[in-house]
Amino acid sequence: MKFDSPQEGLGRFRSRLAVAGGFVLFCFILLLLRFAWLQIIQHGYYQTRAEDNRIALVPIVPNRGLIVDRNGVVMARNFPAYTLEITPSRAGNLEQTMDALAAIIDIQPKDRKRFRKLMEESKNFESLPIRTRLTDAEVAQFVAHRYRFPGVDIKARLFRQYPGAAFASGVLGYIGRITDRDLEKIDDAELDANYRGTDHFGKTGLEQRYEFELHGTTGFEQVEVDSGGHAVRTLSSTAPVPGNNLTLTLDAELQRIAEQAFGERKGALIAIDPATGGILAMVSMPNYDPNLFVDGIDSQSWRELNESPDKPMVNRAINGAYPPGSTFKPFMALAALTYGKRTPQQAIADPGFYNFGNHLFRDDKKGGHGMVDMYKSIVESCDTYYYMLANDLGIDAIARFMGELGLGRRTGIDIEGEGEGTLPSPEWKKKRFKKPEQQKWYAGETISIGIGQGYNAYTPIQLAQAVATLANNGVMFRPHLVQYITDTKTGKKTLIEPQPLKKLDWKPEHIEVIKQAMIGVNKEGTGARAFAGAEYVSGGKTGTAQVFSLKGADYKHHTLKQELRDHALFIAFAPAEAPKIALAVLVENGGFGAQAAAPIARQVLDYYLLGKRPNAPALADEAAVEADPAENGE
Amino acid sequence: MNLLRVWWQRLIAPLDGSLMLISGLLVLLAIGLMSSASPERMGMQLANVATALIVMRVVAGIAPQHLMRLALAVYVFGLLLLIAVALFGDISKGARRWLNLGFMRIQPSELMKIAMPLLLAWFFQQRENRLRPADYAIAALLVLAPVALIARQPDLGTAILVLAAGFYVIFFAGLPWKIIAGIVAVALAAAPVAWNLLHDYQQQRILTLFDPEKDPLGKGFHIIQSTIAIGSGGLFGKGWRQGTQAQLEFIPERHTDFIFAVFGEEFGLLGNLVLLTLYGFLIARGLLIAAQAATLFGRLLAGAITMIFFTYAFVNMGMVTGILPVVGVPLPLVSYGGTALVTLFTGIGILMSIHKNRMLVQK
Repeated sequence: MKFDSPQEGLGRFRSRLAVAGGFVLFCFILLLLRFAWLQIIQHGYYQTRAEDNRIALVPIVPNRGLIVDRNGVVMARNFPAYTLEITPSRAGNLEQTMDALAAIIDIQPKDRKRFRKLMEESKNFESLPIRTRLTDAEVAQFVAHRYRFPGVDIKARLFRQYPGAAFASGVLGYIGRITDRDLEKIDDAELDANYRGTDHFGKTGLEQRYEFELHGTTGFEQVEVDSGGHAVRTLSSTAPVPGNNLTLTLDAELQRIAEQAFGERKGALIAIDPATGGILAMVSMPNYDPNLFVDGIDSQSWRELNESPDKPMVNRAINGAYPPGSTFKPFMALAALTYGKRTPQQAIADPGFYNFGNHLFRDDKKGGHGMVDMYKSIVESCDTYYYMLANDLGIDAIARFMGELGLGRRTGIDIEGEGEGTLPSPEWKKKRFKKPEQQKWYAGETISIGIGQGYNAYTPIQLAQAVATLANNGVMFRPHLVQYITDTKTGKKTLIEPQPLKKLDWKPEHIEVIKQAMIGVNKEGTGARAFAGAEYVSGGKTGTAQVFSLKGADYKHHTLKQELRDHALFIAFAPAEAPKIALAVLVENGGFGAQAAAPIARQVLDYYLLGKRPNAPALADEAAVEADPAENGE
Repeated sequence: MNLLRVWWQRLIAPLDGSLMLISGLLVLLAIGLMSSASPERMGMQLANVATALIVMRVVAGIAPQHLMRLALAVYVFGLLLLIAVALFGDISKGARRWLNLGFMRIQPSELMKIAMPLLLAWFFQQRENRLRPADYAIAALLVLAPVALIARQPDLGTAILVLAAGFYVIFFAGLPWKIIAGIVAVALAAAPVAWNLLHDYQQQRILTLFDPEKDPLGKGFHIIQSTIAIGSGGLFGKGWRQGTQAQLEFIPERHTDFIFAVFGEEFGLLGNLVLLTLYGFLIARGLLIAAQAATLFGRLLAGAITMIFFTYAFVNMGMVTGILPVVGVPLPLVSYGGTALVTLFTGIGILMSIHKNRMLVQK
């Protein structure tokens, strides 16, 4: 290899410099040509456009659409209020400005914190609220001192308000100030122009999913401005079109009764109209007040909501996955009938346990239930029957049947954040685990699947959809919250058409067997106490899902820590002859389904079918176990 | 009196008259423009200029051989800061560019604009007269690591400047034309792939360049308003503080990246000619200093720094007049902003140091 001598190197370097110099010259000539093009040849055109520019386009933000329940009860609306706003780039020293403002208007440290958070998130020249909802006296106070505060102004704005406060928060969601992520969504939808002047955006729930429906069309005002940039007069204006209104399938009163029925307990409830898939109530407890988010939440409240061990921000109804416990049994029975593995009359002798391999699977009732046919297996919730059935059906058949029923699959409800749950199968296990020895499916694992334990984990909405499908004789709908969207300009209603997703291939006589057994549950079985004296016929099934494995020891409700107690479940449909409502209830750590979940379902059904209002939350019926030995069968 | 004169002499000893004159004129022009575009920022800009001048004087007093010793350390430090930004930087306007040190926020990518040519000049100095083709590959890696980190922030403007800085050194070090042609060919072929790697907003900026009127209230707004400003300025301009586009706040970012639109509107084509001439002189002076430098290190560094100045000026004026995409590059020495000013004056300080020391270490 030959290396350069220093002289050669220097020579080559200088020739490179000359090339660079030539390149610079070339680029500068290019610029010069561009300048000449703009400033001489096109000068006239641009001069006209600059002149036109003196006419400013001022966006007029439209009113956000309302959200009302099926009876017209308003769940989200707007109200006008004055805000005190600061444009940071014009206000000079912000701390001094805020100190001076605090002297005449009540500004809390919380407001300052929120303002700083907003500043970090926003673009340079935006006007940002330091205080919202000023009183008339405060407005007058400030106006008198306005000259002292450049860059600070009072603005009249419309605010989102959720009149129910901490109510239906998982359904409604909330809006908050636009962030960069929201801007990307606006970008993707090519709606940048329509969002000029808008500073709020739906963040969760219906507010998020139907953001572009609710937003409306921004209006524009053509204003002639003087050289100082102040509006001289309005030349023309295009009125904004308010956002479309959402009418829900939800019944707000039913929702309130359902939420109150939970009292202080955690859990979820979904009630569906089986004939349409329309959701009548969707509860996730504890809930939160979405109004907190509208003006930008302060960091302390945000921390409290996010770090609470009760997780109020999680929508348990669609995102929590729980073992279904014995509420799984009616579907197991239907699978057995459909695949021809059992007849309704076929009975087993239950000794109180089922022996598989070397393992003893125990029934909760010591000594067993005696001779058990399908009806009794559901009414008394006999475990042994389903241990055997699971083994006879096999995991593949169970997974196929439950998968078609929508368990372990997203239902497609019209809000974001839905969880998938877990439908256990050998394929699922292969995907879920990495180590080969964990990937293998053991026949013993199928046994506990039969009673809704093991790897089974479904969201409450999946359970509710399954019950609704059963109540509707196998015709499945997509659960949805919005019934129709009203165009505020034309008044045209766009129906969210209830399209059947599919018709499951079940025999009517099989469906009838299961329904009769579930009616039996509420008449003479585990649900009988909760439904004593009901003026309608209903079908139900209790369930208790293990949170904690007792390894053979006896379950004693009161000796266990709260968070280790079993989850209580209940599924139901009513009236039995032509169901108008189907529901799934889950009470976290509530104990037995008959005690904790069934009374909640009773209150909801009583109101929906009879208009009967409860006097108090549906507190756990502690007597249920002792009074009814069948309860042990859960 | 005498003491004062001695002290003054010592103060200005490392400075270069013509560089001082040209950059001084540009800074004066910037102050005048600032009083039109954004009067409330004049005080701050004066403070920035003072800081930058002090930094320049300090840097000008450091001999090139000392600078060379710092090269590797500065580069590694800069790279570590960039990694820190990627891991726990502050997000502002959708990009993670800032590192919060508690008492101040810094933008480490800025340091790379100087650290990059410094390191590569040092690298080629080490290999003087025994350069192997593989060394170019090593140099390319040294360039691409920080560029990738900066582009990811995302900060396309700075990434382009740092990439250019690195390329200039390698080019001046004698990268064979065959390879340059090869790179160009590969770049053209890879353009569709690169297009897909760009962020949406970066793609949008390029698309808007071709047809800004498609999105007059959104993405195209910047370019439309700045070209209107410049075009309506005409031959002589509308006069200082008379630009309607600037005064009615139609020009976005008019004190920073788009300040040239204010200048073009108020001073017209003649003003633009003056500005181009000033930059032309600055670049010519820098290239001359490079040609006369004593060592390979000095030559490469001076050449690259000069060309960075050119890149700043060309990319900024190009994007404001709508022939290049908007990538967030300031107009050198004129745009508002302390960080960029300090970087640029550091570069000028280095040029001065190289020039003053052109005879001292002759081989």
